[in-house]
Amino acid sequence: MSGGSVGPGPARIARRVLFYCALILVLAVFVFPFFWMAFNSFKTNEKLQEYPPVFRFAPTLGNFLNVFQQAPFVQYTRNSFLVAFGTVGVGMVLGLPAAYGIARYGHRTVALGILACRMIPGISFLVPWFIIFRSLGLLDTFTGLVLAHLVITVPLITWIMISFFEEVPLELEEAARIDGCSRVGVFYRIALPLVRPGLVSAGILALIFTWNSFLFPLILAGVKTKTLPVVVYSFMTFDYLDLGGIYASATLVTLPVVIMVLLVQRQFIRGLTIGGLKG
Amino acid sequence: MHESRPQAPGVPWAAPAAGQGMALGRWVERHISWFFVLPALLFLIAVVAFPVLYTAVLSFSRWSGAAAESPVWIGLRNYADVLAGDPGFRNALFVTVYFTGASVAIEVMLGVGLAQLLNREFVGKGVARTLLMLPVASTPVALALVWRHMYNPSNGIFTWFAELLRFPQQRWLADAATVIPSLILFDVWQWTPLVMLITLAGMVSLPADFYEAAQIDGATPWQAFWRITLPLVRPTIVAAAMLRFMDSVKTFDQIYVTTQGGPGIASQTLNLYVFDQAFQYLHFGYASALLIILFFVILAGNLVLVSVRRGQA
Repeated sequence: MSGGSVGPGPARIARRVLFYCALILVLAVFVFPFFWMAFNSFKTNEKLQEYPPVFRFAPTLGNFLNVFQQAPFVQYTRNSFLVAFGTVGVGMVLGLPAAYGIARYGHRTVALGILACRMIPGISFLVPWFIIFRSLGLLDTFTGLVLAHLVITVPLITWIMISFFEEVPLELEEAARIDGCSRVGVFYRIALPLVRPGLVSAGILALIFTWNSFLFPLILAGVKTKTLPVVVYSFMTFDYLDLGGIYASATLVTLPVVIMVLLVQRQFIRGLTIGGLKG
Repeated sequence: MHESRPQAPGVPWAAPAAGQGMALGRWVERHISWFFVLPALLFLIAVVAFPVLYTAVLSFSRWSGAAAESPVWIGLRNYADVLAGDPGFRNALFVTVYFTGASVAIEVMLGVGLAQLLNREFVGKGVARTLLMLPVASTPVALALVWRHMYNPSNGIFTWFAELLRFPQQRWLADAATVIPSLILFDVWQWTPLVMLITLAGMVSLPADFYEAAQIDGATPWQAFWRITLPLVRPTIVAAAMLRFMDSVKTFDQIYVTTQGGPGIASQTLNLYVFDQAFQYLHFGYASALLIILFFVILAGNLVLVSVRRGQA
């Protein structure tokens, strides 16, 4: 490890150079498709069809303009935001008390039941939902989509927040009780403000998951409520030659996710592994 | 897992102010723990448990799903048909095991290797970690569309890479022989970073004095990795593998967007097979039976993994 007493030895420098080369190679592999996505979204459809792929071209915003003109892309973006924020909001209302109840009073069975939702493939819910939603008139409604996506966000929010609530010192809550605070009041006035950092990261994670969801809206959404992943996909099925539209819409749908990842950073991995590393 | 903290009713601060009108309030306070979990519980019953039961009932019938028509009770016929060797089901089972098994195995090996590479101090560590989160977090549909075009046999960039490297011509997703390896490569690209980041988090918390002692005893870095790091982070690695298994079986978006299960049925996983049976062919009864079977397959897989984990923890 120690490479001589006076400065780093040549072997150590060589090792370090080798390490950075390996690092750059690894990162290049994982970042390349993102670069390619953004890069290609500035090419014309003709340039995208060329082989070998072109690297020098006059960039154009045409694809983005097309995306906004061709489809009611603004409306679909609004749909996506509505479903995402609606689901996260309701998910918080259901998930936060549950997480607190589990953390403080240890409802193991409930915790495991919530976790089980994570293991069952979405398609298992989709078949019965489709039939039930149809008879209740919930197809192509925001209510239906929010209900469906709660299956993703409630377990996620609950399981992230359990560990945050467990970190709230019990003494604080007991002190509030002695001062005449009810148990609901303790939850609302003491515990909830203290877990705010966790709340933010759980919320952003739930937003990402709902935003990315494709299978549920593919079946349950319609013309009115279609969300972005379904729209991006439809650029392929209707007109495969519109590669520019595909790349531009793929870039647009990915951009908010990148921003959200930058906001949550380390919490992101913690949230993803919930349920896998515990229980 | 979670220690329950029973709140004895005799605890002095648990008793609210006395009074007739407070009877209900007292009752609520006494059962308060249930009121916290009740909303989520009711939601789960209505949106998860009830539909799953409904699926179970439906699995004993034949139904096109048309609102005007009602399901016809046919007993165990659907199950008999699936298990008597429905070729579509057998194919889907094979594809699922192949895809999931290979992806998870490669992701775990690569992920641990990369975690070992990055488990040191270097300039730009934070940036590297953030960049590696992108494949994990991004919209699968968008990624799948990009990969689909990268794999395009006539003008995809992978086709060009293969040509530059003098590989024999590849048809990637368009060839039944290469479609699953191509999908595995996509999955490995997307999810290896997750395994890596989880393992890295486990490695960081290992005590440094083990390594110092090993170094004094003359152990090479290679020996230190095999004899110290690997055994110590094994629980983390197993947990990451479990997580990947659970999610890999569920993979839908990536395969549906790139191949729709094709060419033919060469990449049709159980997930896609059920989707086709229900929403393409409108065999709702049959699809329900498949779902119940899928449910038990996943349950069995998870139980095996849990017992493996218990056995070595």
